Amino acid sequence: MTNQGSPLRDAFLSALVALGLFAPMVGLQTHVGAHGIALVPRPLAVASLVGAVFVLRLAIRLWQGRRPAAGMSMMAGAAAGRIALAAGRARRFLVPALLALALLMPVVASRSTLDLGVLVLTYVMLGWGLNIVVGLAGLLDLGYVAFYAVGAYSYALIAQATGLGFWSCLPAAGALAALWGITLGFPVLRLRGDYLAIVTLAFGEIIRIVLLNWVSLTGGPNGISGIPRPTLFGLRFTMTDEPGTFAGFFHLAPSSAHRLVFLYYVILALALLTNWVTLRLRRQPLGRVWEALREDEIACRSLGINITTTKLTAFAVGACFGGFAGAFFATRQGFISPESFTFMESATVLAIVVLGGMGSQLGVVLAALVMIGGPEMFRALADYRMLIFGLALVVMMVLRPRGLVTERKPSVSLGGAARAIPAALIAEGRS
Amino acid sequence: MATATAALLDVRHLGMRFGGIVALDDVSFTARRGEITAVIGPNGAGKTTAFNCITGFYRPSAGGLHLTHADGRGFALAAMPGHLIARRARVARTFQNIRLFAGMTALENLLVAQHAPLMAATGLGVLAILGLGRYRAAERRAIDKARMWLERIDLLARADDPAGALPYGAQRRLEIARAMCLDPVLLCLDEPAAGLNPRETAALDALLLGIRDQGCSILLIEHDMGMVMRISDHIVVLDHGRKIGDGTPAEIRADPHVIAAYLGEDDESADALARAAAP
Ligand SMILES: Nc1ncnc2c1ncn2[C@@H]1O[C@H](COP(=O)(O)OP(=O)(O)O)[C@@H](O)[C@H]1O
Ligand SMILES: [Mg+2]
Repeated sequence: MTNQGSPLRDAFLSALVALGLFAPMVGLQTHVGAHGIALVPRPLAVASLVGAVFVLRLAIRLWQGRRPAAGMSMMAGAAAGRIALAAGRARRFLVPALLALALLMPVVASRSTLDLGVLVLTYVMLGWGLNIVVGLAGLLDLGYVAFYAVGAYSYALIAQATGLGFWSCLPAAGALAALWGITLGFPVLRLRGDYLAIVTLAFGEIIRIVLLNWVSLTGGPNGISGIPRPTLFGLRFTMTDEPGTFAGFFHLAPSSAHRLVFLYYVILALALLTNWVTLRLRRQPLGRVWEALREDEIACRSLGINITTTKLTAFAVGACFGGFAGAFFATRQGFISPESFTFMESATVLAIVVLGGMGSQLGVVLAALVMIGGPEMFRALADYRMLIFGLALVVMMVLRPRGLVTERKPSVSLGGAARAIPAALIAEGRS
Repeated sequence: MATATAALLDVRHLGMRFGGIVALDDVSFTARRGEITAVIGPNGAGKTTAFNCITGFYRPSAGGLHLTHADGRGFALAAMPGHLIARRARVARTFQNIRLFAGMTALENLLVAQHAPLMAATGLGVLAILGLGRYRAAERRAIDKARMWLERIDLLARADDPAGALPYGAQRRLEIARAMCLDPVLLCLDEPAAGLNPRETAALDALLLGIRDQGCSILLIEHDMGMVMRISDHIVVLDHGRKIGDGTPAEIRADPHVIAAYLGEDDESADALARAAAP
């Protein structure tokens, strides 16, 4: 970090910025009175916030100034090493614990928590899918929601046209999304870094706008409703116990909880499938070359690797899982419209991947819990939850700029236990 | 002896220009099978550019590049896509600024180089996910080959360390081993001895001679004149994009054009050449 003037000056400037930000946002409160809305100034709140910023900034600068820069970075390195080691040890327990929790969730959790669980798992699956493209292959994709949308609409349209159920349509939805991944990837994968990001961003928007305007096929802004719900080996989940329903077959009292539990296990299975395929692929030549591509494209070319097809496979596999997730989304909601597939979704999934630590499967789970579960959990804090959320992201950026889980496990090793590779050596594939 | 060995790479009237800059101008030379051919010249002479043309990173503006395998198959390199030059024509290279996969282990680096045979054994990747097919045997062979090369470059103990954490000299050797995992017929090395200490340079001499003797020809760009004179069979001298000398080490040492070029351009290299020229 470059040195910006004296600590006192720096703290003063920070306080000034804080004043500019907080004066309108915190300093003015609207108050509904007898004569319409009145503005009530709150100088005390602003003053205390600005004061806090000043003191904090000064403290940070003084703390940084206490040691020379070189020692600082070495200390940070050693600390990072310790954290990585601890994380490695924790991971051995964390993964089985998370898995057990995920499996037992329907038994212990309330309905609303389970609903949230389905949502979190959907994002875990999307995160794992995007992780193939961004984390492994290092291709910055800002339009991942396009494949999610293609999967959802494919399922909805095919199911309505043919009368087939969720399980028969699922492969088609994945395949169509993969096909779109290849169609998009073919012209744009020569672009690198930021250019690729911009084009994929545009692609995501194009898909959404086509869905919005192709009224005869997609119903436009009205969306598609009455999408078939998933069945368990042909058993439907309904509120009656007639033959052919889940409740009727197992002689249970009909309950809407059955379907929710079933949906939960479906998305859990789909997400775990994504994870399993990714972990397998990582240890295969294909996955290894994706990572090599992220590390150094030019070296890959010198080793006889066809860069375009390799990138296309990453795009297609990532898109395929996005399509699966989309089909699940459609069957869960029973209704889809272009509104569900905005850029916000792409950004959220990308944030999960980046926050988790690029390329880390466990990181995606933790990040999805934080990003999706967090804001829901703190709903009681009303308006402040987004503030807290933003603050948490900023703190993350300062403390762990490479994400939650930053090391990489080698895909193969000669000696018994493979040692993790620290983040500093790993390329992020943006150039 | 020189006439007895067949031509491996035939560079004919090679020209390369970038806008107004003429990096290579009508350069012709031949690299023969089973030999180490050195390409020397002052900085900016066009050596790396020539390598980039040969390995498909640049498309030459003029001239042709013809590679002939021992079985008589010919390849017009100038018209081939870069990755096929490595895979089909079997020309491997290293880079002037090392380009390893820094975040991957030494072993992984060597496995990426064996991607083509491994991928062929996976049945388009699908069978390998399910753990089917001949993949397991292919992987074992690939690991054995990697282990053999790690042993040869004295890095077996660090097989599972990330390439980016290896010392500089080890990274240079690893890059050569990675290129050799392609089973090339021609290995192009861009300044492999840059930054090495004398002991490492001596080890590199031995490594390169061993590679040559096992049948892989070498095209070598190097500023270390001592090394060039020691190990090369044939030397090509470039200056300002033109060829100004071509011959055996003894001939080059005595060539007044070459000495003049070095004296004019680069004191350090001129000193090195003068020292190498002294008996
Ligand atoms: N991609 C490029 N674009 C423009 N000029 C280049 C490019 N590559 C090389 N050159 C120019 O070509 C000349 C030869 O460079 P190079 O082949 O790298 O020399 P060297 O013999 O030191 O390896 C230099 O003048 C260099 O500036
Ligand atoms: Mg050069």
